[in-house]
Amino acid sequence: MAHADTHTEEHAHPHPGADKHDAMEHGGHGSMREYVVGFILSVVLTAIPFWLVMSGAIPDGRTTALVIMAFAIVQIVVHMIYFLHMNTKSENGWTVMALIFTIVIVVIALSGSLWVMYHLNTNMMPMSHDMSQMP
Amino acid sequence: MTATIDTTHDLSQPELQAAFYDLNEHDHPEGGSTMLGFWIYLMSDCLIFAMLFAAYGVLGGSLAAGPGPKDLFELPLVALNTAMLLFSSITYGFAMLAMEKGNKGGTQLWLLVTAVFGGAFLSIEMYEFYHLIHEGATPMRSGFLTAFFSLVGTHGLHVTFGMIWLFTLVVQIAQKGLIPANKRRLMCLSLFWHFLDVIWIGVFTFVYLMGML
Repeated sequence: MAHADTHTEEHAHPHPGADKHDAMEHGGHGSMREYVVGFILSVVLTAIPFWLVMSGAIPDGRTTALVIMAFAIVQIVVHMIYFLHMNTKSENGWTVMALIFTIVIVVIALSGSLWVMYHLNTNMMPMSHDMSQMP
Repeated sequence: MTATIDTTHDLSQPELQAAFYDLNEHDHPEGGSTMLGFWIYLMSDCLIFAMLFAAYGVLGGSLAAGPGPKDLFELPLVALNTAMLLFSSITYGFAMLAMEKGNKGGTQLWLLVTAVFGGAFLSIEMYEFYHLIHEGATPMRSGFLTAFFSLVGTHGLHVTFGMIWLFTLVVQIAQKGLIPANKRRLMCLSLFWHFLDVIWIGVFTFVYLMGML
């Protein structure tokens, strides 16, 4: 069964371009080693933040928040490299361009929303105390 | 200006027309642009989650005198859930490695193992949601809970559709084998599945862990 599969697979590319493209894709597919390294790193990078919060190892909440945020960012990068096989060469660099564009939009949207809504909340504070007094 | 263009690039000549308008179409191999297209879809999906995270960031403190994160979340359950998703990620990786070796049975086996972990993740999430709603912490209770259910629920919905896709692929591989089209579909689902794991990193960090601080 497996023999038949590999056979059809060899002759399945009707276009010469498809072969080249496939070779390019396969270059960024990862190996067993890559997946295992990524998995171990992810487990460590997940376990530490959970331990930090559940044990309360750092008494200051704000510091803990910053530390676990840093761990999250590192873990996202690990996933991108080891599981999603991101590199600057795939699809002539267009995947990375799309990613950078998305990150820019996400940062603007997130920081903008939080910033604007925080200030809105602060400025609305005196009114929210007793709405019944409002005309 | 127009005169110079007209004399140097006379577009009435057929060969210049071809060069200008790119009339000679390149060869587009079937599925040649699928991976980039799917990546761009994932990026747009990323924006959906960014908006839900922004909504959670804004509304996360609006408890309306209802229960807060510390009253509701159980970190051991979330840790278990995270482990399930992480296991499903590496088993999907094994499915991809089996696919590259042309091992049809191995690919299907690892896909089904991935489905088991994905199913465990969804079951734990349903259990958590059921408990929250049972305790009266429904999406209607407060702004915090609305944002929480929207964000985590959207992620869960994505995992659900990923599972449907996964079972579809198991059947397609059984019927047609590891043909190039199926390999391409497996690669797309691989991106989708690992992408959901990346989103979950954001969820457990910003919603669950930071909610407990």
